[in-house]
Amino acid sequence: MSPRLLQGNAACALGALAAGCRFFGGYPITPSTEIAEVMARELPKVGGTFIQMEDEIASIAAVLGASVGGIKAMTATSGPGFSLMQENIGYAAMAEIPCVIVNVQRAGPSTGLPTSPSQGDVMQARWGSHGDHPIIALSPSTVRETFDLTVCAFNFSEKYRTPVILLMDEVVGHMRERTELPVTEMIEVVDRIQPNVPPAWYFPYEETSADVPPFASFGEGYRFHITGLFHDRAGFPTLRLDEIQPWLERVFNKITRHVDDITQFQEEWVDDAATVVVAYGATARSAREAVKIARQGGRKVGLVKLLTLWPFPSQIFRRLARQGKRFVMAEMNLGQLSLELERVVGRNRVRGVHRADGQMITPGQILEAIRRRQARVEL
Amino acid sequence: MRRETHKAYEYLRHDKRFPNMWCAGCGIGIVMGSLIRAVAHLELDKDEVAVISGIGCTGRMPVYLDFNTMHTTHGRALAFATGLKMARPGMTVIVVMGDGDALAIGGNHFIHTARRNIDLTAIIVNNLTYGMTGGQVSPTTPTGKLATTAPYGNVDQSFPIAELAKAAGASLVARSTVYHVTELDKLLVKAIQKKGFSVVEAVSYCHTGYGRLNRLGRPVDMMRALKEDAVTVKAADEMSADELKGRIVRGLLHEADLPEYTELYAQVIAQAQALVEEGQS
Repeated sequence: MSPRLLQGNAACALGALAAGCRFFGGYPITPSTEIAEVMARELPKVGGTFIQMEDEIASIAAVLGASVGGIKAMTATSGPGFSLMQENIGYAAMAEIPCVIVNVQRAGPSTGLPTSPSQGDVMQARWGSHGDHPIIALSPSTVRETFDLTVCAFNFSEKYRTPVILLMDEVVGHMRERTELPVTEMIEVVDRIQPNVPPAWYFPYEETSADVPPFASFGEGYRFHITGLFHDRAGFPTLRLDEIQPWLERVFNKITRHVDDITQFQEEWVDDAATVVVAYGATARSAREAVKIARQGGRKVGLVKLLTLWPFPSQIFRRLARQGKRFVMAEMNLGQLSLELERVVGRNRVRGVHRADGQMITPGQILEAIRRRQARVEL
Repeated sequence: MRRETHKAYEYLRHDKRFPNMWCAGCGIGIVMGSLIRAVAHLELDKDEVAVISGIGCTGRMPVYLDFNTMHTTHGRALAFATGLKMARPGMTVIVVMGDGDALAIGGNHFIHTARRNIDLTAIIVNNLTYGMTGGQVSPTTPTGKLATTAPYGNVDQSFPIAELAKAAGASLVARSTVYHVTELDKLLVKAIQKKGFSVVEAVSYCHTGYGRLNRLGRPVDMMRALKEDAVTVKAADEMSADELKGRIVRGLLHEADLPEYTELYAQVIAQAQALVEEGQS
């Protein structure tokens, strides 16, 4: 398709439509509202449904109801709404209902700075809902990536029967860029596996070789039960340890065994680098600029831009750490994903660049951290 | 509905999850029987029926029923059901909730579902308490009654479910009790058939959590109280407000022909698609 000036939030909506999303339930909140507005306009054109619910709790609930009805569904929100959605995100993980939750992050906590960016919900995306549960979270840094990762979020949610969180930020959401979208035929779209057995043989939570059991839609003759309680393979509540433990193992396996499929990242100038800057979302744009300037100044610096935040791509950093590299991690929070990086490579290999005041991290701040990092190494 | 009673077996997951988990003498099973008889009477295809619930004693009802069933989070059943109904407008979607589920934690969803007038049937089993957690005060506990969290007597006013549903825009509102089962059967048939949001309140005093604490006697005494406390809509018309205090008005309380949400949205789709065809967008 020919290039056009496109907003990040609009790209998210277009990506959802391209991925086959036909239901949006949402509630207005800055800085995500444009996603709902585009969906309200575009969904009925393709026979889909947009519904503005009474709050974010109802929004995610309606999304899950629609998904159970066999429709690809999503909602979009920001920090305060994301907090309200947590219980039902856990329900989606427990009942293994595909859905996409977009969080265009703004500075928090509480009402915070509604029109300013942040990356403060990274840990909430991972652990916001109570109890141990698997989750996938992706984070784009350009308008085109927003489109691609939204498609990807739907594909992962369908493939792995799990909620997928798209962590955008106010900068990426409101930024307009010259963007060339892929032609429809070139977009890979994954649909959930449907059962191919008679209803009597169908178990919606069965252990399968791929760890992901087929998911029948309501109204297709399978008449099964869905609950947020721990359940057996038929979906009925259970207290049996020999059914609870295998369930836990399976739902974590479906992510951990497919980490390579789920992990997306981009490396630039990493081979000869002594220091690797790690960033994601809008911050990756500043990071790239900082790395370019540093290299022009003769410093051996590389960049890893993360697109998948959860599951945390430990394998990349283990490899780089083995090569003796050190890290600078920049994120618009007071240190969230950098804790994961420290866990993987060791605390003394990571220098963080953080701010949570609603302002973007500048290339200058990252450059400063690179200089200090390297000065310390040279000493 | 004797014919339907004989068919109840076909609608239960009898080989899977019995006996049920409700206290002996509880009325929730009676409401479940009524729901089955109503669906059987209407000869609905089981594949085309979904029963959605929230949390609580009533929330456990769907697991016993051989339909498409979903036991969701506390208070949110109507929002889940709204999504499902929009995805599958042809499906008969029945939502079963308790009074705490529907009116406290789910109160906002309740009024907004009524406002949209989406074609769902909500059955509220009103037991005047939080039964599963052991008898705490609920939005329908009568003022002055005891609860474990109102040990000096409830000072809150109780929520009038029917008036609330009607004012918020529901198409049909009815009330009966688990003593008046034949009436409940008929009201449920009417509610399921009605286009739009219909609300049926089934009063079923909880004798374990509510009755014991308030010394209301044994389950049989409380069932007798239901019989004696209830008056028909017709009889209630002749009674003064004072006479109606503490009474349960039973029967069809409100019915109106109002635009239904999935039909309205189908028009939105038609309108948007017509614009696309005209090349206007």
